[in-house]
Amino acid sequence: MAIENIQVLRASIKKRKLWDQVFVVIAFISLFFGFAILMGLMTQLFLQGATRLNWSFLTSPPSPRAEEAGILVASVGTATVMLVTMVLAVPIGISSGIYLQEYAKKGWLSDVIEINVANLAGVPSIVYGLLALGLFKQQLQLGESIITAALTLSLLILPVVIVTTREALKAIPQTLREGAYAIGTSRWQMVWDHVLPASAGGILTGIIVGLSRAIGEAAPLITIGALTFITSLPDSPIKGEFPFISFSWLKSDFTVLPIQMFDWVSRPQPAFQLNAGAAGIVLVLLTVIMNGAAIYLRIYFRNRIKW
Amino acid sequence: MSTDSAVSKSSPTFRQVRTLRAPKERVIEVLLFMAAASSVLTTFGIMWVLVGDTLEFFKEVSLGDFFNLSDPKWTPLFEDKNYAIITLIAPTLVTTGVSVFFAVPIGTVIAIYLSEYANGTLREWLKPILEMLAGVPSVVFGYFALLVVSPILQTMLRPFGVELGGFNMLSAGLVMGISIVPLISSISEDAMRAVPVQMREGAYAVGATRIQTALQVVVPSAISGIIAAYILGISRSIGQTMIVAIAAGLQTTYTWNPLDGAATISAYIMQVSQGDIVHGSLEYNTIFAAGLTLVFMTLGLNLLGFWLIKRYREVY
Repeated sequence: MAIENIQVLRASIKKRKLWDQVFVVIAFISLFFGFAILMGLMTQLFLQGATRLNWSFLTSPPSPRAEEAGILVASVGTATVMLVTMVLAVPIGISSGIYLQEYAKKGWLSDVIEINVANLAGVPSIVYGLLALGLFKQQLQLGESIITAALTLSLLILPVVIVTTREALKAIPQTLREGAYAIGTSRWQMVWDHVLPASAGGILTGIIVGLSRAIGEAAPLITIGALTFITSLPDSPIKGEFPFISFSWLKSDFTVLPIQMFDWVSRPQPAFQLNAGAAGIVLVLLTVIMNGAAIYLRIYFRNRIKW
Repeated sequence: MSTDSAVSKSSPTFRQVRTLRAPKERVIEVLLFMAAASSVLTTFGIMWVLVGDTLEFFKEVSLGDFFNLSDPKWTPLFEDKNYAIITLIAPTLVTTGVSVFFAVPIGTVIAIYLSEYANGTLREWLKPILEMLAGVPSVVFGYFALLVVSPILQTMLRPFGVELGGFNMLSAGLVMGISIVPLISSISEDAMRAVPVQMREGAYAVGATRIQTALQVVVPSAISGIIAAYILGISRSIGQTMIVAIAAGLQTTYTWNPLDGAATISAYIMQVSQGDIVHGSLEYNTIFAAGLTLVFMTLGLNLLGFWLIKRYREVY
């Protein structure tokens, strides 16, 4: 009887251990489908695009001839749009995060704002494009310009910046705040001199993640009508005569890297699709470097500061 | 006495400091509040723009035509105009369905493996790679779908007598699935890691294997986080624009067949706004009606998600 029981038990253990092994096999197949295919696709992109990626590709304006076309205008467009997006989204995003985490009293108002931020993070990016089309382009008459694009993208990444700022502030222990109050600081002095410097790493991570999302967005910008053939750079910000600085470039037409890539990939000629591959390499490198920097910073600050 | 008054002149008392800085503090708080409130304004802006132009749309199109299911066609740009929104909803659901069918099982298995099986080093390497892959722009995924996956699927399906077009929802959906695997597995893994280790030890103590522990203890405990990951992935797929616009085509055909090419809601919006579109025209208003439909779909999904997460949340 006892021996039989042990044999039943052993058989059961054997069977269950087998399932354990089967799962490991399934897991490796899944990793293959999830990762290896993606890696294979990336390799393919790099092999294809690399044949076209050279100095003249980076420094030429677009052209109807695929061999002469380049990404100069698109790169300058991406850089300027990102700069303005950052100038708009960073102060507003960090301020909102500070308000919600350090100032807001528990109540319906802060609940509304909080739920609203969570919902905005889930709104599809094309809907921000419709907002920009209806509000910035039609109502405010800002045109298909750099400022319209930057306004659109900053609204798109605001929830990311707000949420990560709050997370970073949440990680600061309460004792730091109490210590600041104990030496007589006001609330703002406490935030500005103590809490913000301590959470700078986390906030920086959020800004980078947000911008890396904005840099790859094409759909909302195409919706405002930015898919046009543009061969000239925006107005120069520095002028020969007084006052030497001009902001007219904000109203310039523009194109950005993802739109340029979309334009090329949707053309039937293989030569243009090679261009799309090369532009794709630049985009992938940009976003991977930005996300990598964000991850590195997060790990660096996590290891450096021990509360 | 004289020294005392000299001190108070050069360094004001704390009470004075507080009175002096009070207005500045107040101004800062108001500014911060305005920044936080601007997000509410964004929501109002979105609703105002969408609802306003959708109302314009329904002045000319009847609700019966919009929700027409018997003879669905969406042809606002043609001579014979039809406005049955199901024509755009069907491809949206098909591409989303394909992507979920691919990404949910794979993403979940990867999450279980990373959380319960993988050693620390492997996890430390794979997690950041996952996060970096999740950030690759969707236009790049569109390139993969159209120029790599579609041709491969064409050759794979030809022996079975299936002729796959250059634009099809299958490859768009599959690549969309590949693009959300990192998201789903990363968030599910976070949820599983948050399950207290004592629960695993309890399971091991009564003789459970790792897979039994994972499936019968860890996954049920982390289910609200896992559902949140699924909901996020699905709503990404519903709103995804570039992959479907590039790889599934821009033809507005009513079809539930993943082998066909058809425009989703977002692809239609993008395609129409690309051209020279006259502000205030009926064509212009169609994209806002379509956009509002899209918002309702994602909103409904998120509400369902909130409810499910609340219903199944376990607190330790």
